[in-house]
Amino acid sequence: MKLYCLSGHPTLPCNVLKFKSTTIMLDCGLDTTSVLNFLPLPLVHSPRLSKLPGWVSKDGSINLEKELKECGGRVFVDSQPELCLPERELMDLSTIDVILISNYHCMMALPYITEHSGFTGAVYATEPTLQIGRLLMEELVNHMERVPKAQTATCWKNKEIQRLLPGPLKDVAEVWAWKRCYTIQEVNSALSKVQLVGYSQKVVRVLHQELFGAVQVSPLSSGYSLGSSNWIIQSHYEKVSYMSGSSLLTTHPQPMDQSSLKNSDILILTGLTQMPTANPDGMLGEFCSNLAMTIRAGGNVLVPCYSSGVIYDLLECLYQFIDSANLGSTPFYFISPIANSSLEFSQIFAEWLCHNKQSKVYLPEPPFPHAELIQTNKLKHYPSIHGDFSSEFRQPCVVFTGHPSLRFGDVVHFMELWGRSSLNTIIFTEPDFSYLDALAPYQPLAMKCVYCPIDTRLNFHQVSKLLKEIQPLHVVCPEQYTQPPPAQSHRSDLMLELPAPPLPYRRCSVLSLPFRRRYERIHLLPELAKSLVPSEVKPGVSVATVSGMLQSKDNKHTLMSVPRPPPAAPTKKRKRVAEEPPELLAPKPLLSGAVPLDGFLATLHKHGVSEVKVEETADGHILHLQAEDALIQMEAHATHIVCDNNEPMRTTLRDLVLRFLQKL
Amino acid sequence: MPEIKVTPLGAGQDVGRSCILVSIGGKNIMLDCGMHMGFNDDRRFPDFSYITQNGRLTEFLDCVIISHFHLDHCGALPYMSEMVGYDGPIYMTHPTKAICPILLEDFRKITVDKKGETNFFTSQMIKDCMKKVVPLNLHQTVQVDEELEIKAYYAGHVLGAAMVQIKVGSESVVYTGDYNMTPDRHLGAAWIDKCRPDLLISESTYATTIRDSKRCRERDFLKKVHETVERGGKVLIPVFALGRAQELCILLETFWERMNLKAPIYFSTGMTEKANHYYKLFITWTNQKIRKTFVQRNMFEFKHIKPFDRSYADNPGPMVVFATPGMLHAGQSLQIFKKWAGNEKNMVIMPGYCVQGTIGHKILNGQRKLELEGRSTLEVKLQVEYMSFSAHADAKGIMQLIRMAEPRNMLLVHGEAVKMEFLKGKIEQEFSNIVLTINLKHTFLTYYLEKGTLPDPKKPRTMHGTLIMKENSLRLVSPEQAMKELGLSEHHLRFTCRVQLQDPHSDADTLHRIYMHLKSVLKGYTTQHLPDSMSVMVESIVVKVSSSTEDPNTKVLLLSWSYQDEDLGSFLSTLLKKGLPSVLC
Repeated sequence: MKLYCLSGHPTLPCNVLKFKSTTIMLDCGLDTTSVLNFLPLPLVHSPRLSKLPGWVSKDGSINLEKELKECGGRVFVDSQPELCLPERELMDLSTIDVILISNYHCMMALPYITEHSGFTGAVYATEPTLQIGRLLMEELVNHMERVPKAQTATCWKNKEIQRLLPGPLKDVAEVWAWKRCYTIQEVNSALSKVQLVGYSQKVVRVLHQELFGAVQVSPLSSGYSLGSSNWIIQSHYEKVSYMSGSSLLTTHPQPMDQSSLKNSDILILTGLTQMPTANPDGMLGEFCSNLAMTIRAGGNVLVPCYSSGVIYDLLECLYQFIDSANLGSTPFYFISPIANSSLEFSQIFAEWLCHNKQSKVYLPEPPFPHAELIQTNKLKHYPSIHGDFSSEFRQPCVVFTGHPSLRFGDVVHFMELWGRSSLNTIIFTEPDFSYLDALAPYQPLAMKCVYCPIDTRLNFHQVSKLLKEIQPLHVVCPEQYTQPPPAQSHRSDLMLELPAPPLPYRRCSVLSLPFRRRYERIHLLPELAKSLVPSEVKPGVSVATVSGMLQSKDNKHTLMSVPRPPPAAPTKKRKRVAEEPPELLAPKPLLSGAVPLDGFLATLHKHGVSEVKVEETADGHILHLQAEDALIQMEAHATHIVCDNNEPMRTTLRDLVLRFLQKL
Repeated sequence: MPEIKVTPLGAGQDVGRSCILVSIGGKNIMLDCGMHMGFNDDRRFPDFSYITQNGRLTEFLDCVIISHFHLDHCGALPYMSEMVGYDGPIYMTHPTKAICPILLEDFRKITVDKKGETNFFTSQMIKDCMKKVVPLNLHQTVQVDEELEIKAYYAGHVLGAAMVQIKVGSESVVYTGDYNMTPDRHLGAAWIDKCRPDLLISESTYATTIRDSKRCRERDFLKKVHETVERGGKVLIPVFALGRAQELCILLETFWERMNLKAPIYFSTGMTEKANHYYKLFITWTNQKIRKTFVQRNMFEFKHIKPFDRSYADNPGPMVVFATPGMLHAGQSLQIFKKWAGNEKNMVIMPGYCVQGTIGHKILNGQRKLELEGRSTLEVKLQVEYMSFSAHADAKGIMQLIRMAEPRNMLLVHGEAVKMEFLKGKIEQEFSNIVLTINLKHTFLTYYLEKGTLPDPKKPRTMHGTLIMKENSLRLVSPEQAMKELGLSEHHLRFTCRVQLQDPHSDADTLHRIYMHLKSVLKGYTTQHLPDSMSVMVESIVVKVSSSTEDPNTKVLLLSWSYQDEDLGSFLSTLLKKGLPSVLC
C-alpha cells in the first residue's frame, strides 16, 4: 500500500492512496496563497496601481518592467493571478478510480485533475459539499473572468531569472505548477462526475459492471462545515481513516463522528487548525467589539471572507449582537456573485446541521437566523458592486465580500475606496492568508486593521486527546505537524506528540505505508463445509483439515470442493490403477505427538508381531521385528520404518504408528 | 436454519393500517404503523396482541421504521408507543419526522374534539412518541445494533417518503412503503441500487394496472377546471394539506401563468401555508428541476394561489379552491361543498381515494341526495369528477424496481394468504444453503496465489489448510502455522523400502534406466537424475541404487519418503518391484 502526496499544503491536501487494486485520491485542494505574489485585479480603473514602477535589476541587466511592479518595497507580478496546483507528474492521474472529497474548500482543484488528464473514475462528495463547492468555483471563475488581463507573465518564472529576483518571489517553489484559473465549462464537466453520498453510507465502487467488493469507503461527519466529512476506507481486515478539516466546536454543522474512526490501522491526518494559538470564541468577541467601535465612530467595516462557511456563524453572532450594540440601523451588505445562492442553500440542508438547527425546520422555521436579517432588511445581498448596490449603498456600513486574499473580487474596490481613511476598519476572519502579505500591495494604508482569524478546525491539544481515544496503529501527517511552527520554535505544544512517531509527508513524497495484512475473507461453500471433520485438540479449540479448490476473482475468494474426476470405464480401470501415478491431490496431514514404547509394543503384539528386539539408542529405541525383517527407529519427534518391499506389512506398521499420533 | 418471517399485522387486502412485522436473523422489525380511516373501532389500529400476548413490545421489537407521513402508514404510532407501550427506537426521514406529528395532531383533533371519542391518544402522547424518533438520512447506513443495519432510499410518492433496506449479516430485506417510479412535478422517481435483497416487500396498490400516461390525466384535469371557470363556475378540490395538494398547485400555477388566466385560486388556510414552508426547507427532497432553480424561483412560493378566507365562498364569479380535508368528511372542504353543491355550474374534483362512509365516497358512487345532520338533505347538482393523482407505482413501475434491486424473492403486501404461504415456503427453501465466511491467513493465501500464477492465474487452484475453530472464530491457516499456534511439535514419520531388481547393467546404467522409466510414467512430476549420489529424486522421494554384494546383476534400490508423500512413495515402490521394461523410450 502506497501514499502519493501531491500537495504540501497541510489544510489543502491532495493525496493518492493505492489500496489493494483500487487507486483513491483523497481531496484535491487548490493552494491559492500563490495569488499573494500578484497585483490586485481592480474592478474599476485604479490610477494608483497603473502608475506603479516596473522592476529592473539593480545593475540593469534584467528588465522585467512589463511583468513585475514595485509597491511598498515589494515586487508583484502584473498578470492574471495564478493558482498552485497539486503535483500532476508524480503519478498517472488517469489511473485514479475514485476521488473522495471531504469538504468544499478541499475540492477547488478538481477540474485540473479530472479534465484533460484521461481521468475516467468517479468523484464522491456529500450534497452540501457539491452544491457549495460548485458555488465557490463559480465565484472564483467569475472573479477572474470579470477582469481579464491581456498579458500573462512567464519570463520571471525562468529559473535563471527567478533566483535574481528580490524575495519573496525569489523563494517561491513550484512556480511551474502555477496555472491560470479554469473555465466554467471545465467546472461543469468536472462536477458532472460527482456522485452524491450520505454520511455513513457504505459505498462500494462499481467498475465495469463488476463489484470491487473488497474495498469500501464511507464518509463520516467531521463537524467542520456543511456536509464536511472524514472518510473510512476499508476492506474486511484493513481500515484506513482519512481525517481532513474536522471540528469539535459547536457551530452550525452536524457534530463530528469520532467513534467510527476507532481501530484504524492507518490514520491519515490533515487539516488541523492554522491558528493554533487563536481561540475562535475570543476572536468572535473581538470581531463584534471592533465592528461596533468602528461603526459608532462613523467608519465603515470591511470583512474579506469566503462566501460560505464561517460567514454563517458571523451573521448569526451579529444577529444576536445587533440590537444590544445599537446597530439596528446600520446596513450590512454581503456582496458576491453567489451571495444569494449561498444564503439560500444554507437553509435547505437541515439534515447536515447540528441538532439545534435541525429541530428548527420541524416548526417549520429556517435553520439560520440570517433569513430574518434579510426579511427585516438589515442584511442585503448583491451580486456585485455594480447595479443596484451602487444606488442603494449607504455609509457607514459593514461589507462582507471576497476574496480574502484581497487580490480579486469586489473587496479590491473597497480597499481602494476606504483604505485612505483611518475611520474605516478591515477585519480579517479567514485564516488562509497572512494579513500582512494580503495588505502589502495597498500600502501605505490609513485604515485600521484587525486580525481575528477564526479557524474552528482541531488544535493540537484536541487532536492528541482524540488520538488517545481512537488509537490508530500508525499516523501519517504533513511534515509541518511534526515540528513547532517556525515562528514559535519553542512551543513544543504546537506539534503532534504521539507515543509512536507519526510518518511525515511533504509535496512529492511517496510513502510505503506500514501495513500488515493478516487475514482475508474467504467463502467456504456449503458442500465443502459439510465434508469437514473437526476434532477437538484442546478444550474449546477444534481443528479440521480442509482441501478445496480456491477461486480468486476481484479480490473475492471462494473455496469449494475438489470436483471428482469422472469415473473411467470399469474394464480399463482395473488395469490402469497401478499404472497411473497418483494425482497431486491432498498431501497427508502433518503429524504431531509421540509414540509411547510400551503402548506401541502392546499394539504390535496384539497384531501378531511378537518377536521384537528392543535396542536402546541415544535418542530413543530401535525395534527389530525379526520375523518380518523390518526395523523401526523411534525417537521423541520422529519414527522411521525400514523394511523390504512388503507393501501390506508396511501399511500395517504405518497404520499402527499413526494410531498414536495427532493429525493436522 | 435461518429464515425470514413476514407477518402483516395490518389489514389484509385493503388500503390502510399498513403494519408489517419482519423477523430476520433473530431481529424483529416493525415496518410502518398505520391506521385505517374507514373504521372507528378496534379495527382502526393494527393487531398488536399478536406480539403482546407474549410480552412487551419493547422486548420483542428491535426497531420500528416508518416509510412516510401518510396516516395509513404512521397513524397508529402514538397508540403503539404510548398506549400499548414501546420505548425502542423509531426511524423515519427528516421530512417525515417534521410533518408526521402535525398530521397526527390533526387526526386526533378530528377524532376526539369533533367526534368526541375518548380512549384515544393525547397531544402529549404524540410529543412523547416523537421523542423516540431517530431521523434517517438518505443512503446513510444506520447501525441499530451490532448486527442490524438499515438504509433509506428515495421513494418519491410524497415528501420524505423512503424505502428501507434491512440487513442482518448477509441476509437482507427491502421494504418499499409507497413509491412512485415516474418523476412528477415536484418529486423525483424512486431509486435503489442493485442491492440484491433476499426479499423485496413491495406495495401493490396498482399492481394489476398499467395506468394511462400522467400527461393525459393532467390535461384532462386542466381542461375540466378551465371549462368550469370559463363558464363562470366554481371548482372545489378537496385535498389533504400535504402531498398531492402541492403537485396540483404547481400544475394549476403554471397553467394559469401560461394561459394568463385571471380567476382567483385559493388554498384553504391553516396548515397549507405551513405545509408549503416545509417544502421550501426540504427542497433537497424534491425533484431535480425544482432543486436546480430554487434560488431564482422557489416553486412553492405561488404567485396565483392565495390564502382562502371563509367569506370568499360567497363571492360571485369563478374561482378555484383547494380545501382540506380530502374526503369531504369534515372541516372547510365540507362547508364549501355544502354551499356550492346546489349549482350545476360548479364542480368538485376528488383527486384521491375516499374511504367508505365519507361524503366523498358517497358522491363518487353517484349519490345525488345526501342526508346531513339535523335531518336536512342536500341535493347535489354540481358536477362530480374523480381523478386519481396518487403517486403509486403501477405494474410497470414495480417491474422496474425489481430490475433495479434484483431481489431473490418478492413479496407483494396486500396479497392473499395462499400466495404468502407459498412465498414463505420458497424463502425457507432458498435459505437452506448457507455460505460459511471464514478468515484466511493472508500469507497463506499469497502463497497459493503466487504458486499458481502460472500459466493461468484465473484457474482455480487446490488449497490445503487447517481450519482452527476457537471462540466463534474460524481461521484457515497452513498446517505448519496451525501446529505452531497450537503449541504442537511435528512428528516426522519416514519410510525406507528395499526393492531388489534384476538388471544386468552397470549401476550407473541402471540408475539412468530407472530415471528414464520414472520420467515417462510420472508425467507432471519433477524427476531428477543425480548420478553423483547414485540416486534419482521424484519430488522429495529418494531412490538410491547399489549392487547386491552377492550378485552384481541384482540391484538393491532404497526408496525413502516421508509420510507426507505416502501416496507417491507407495506407488513408486509397487512400480519398481515390477521391474524395468526392456524397451525404454
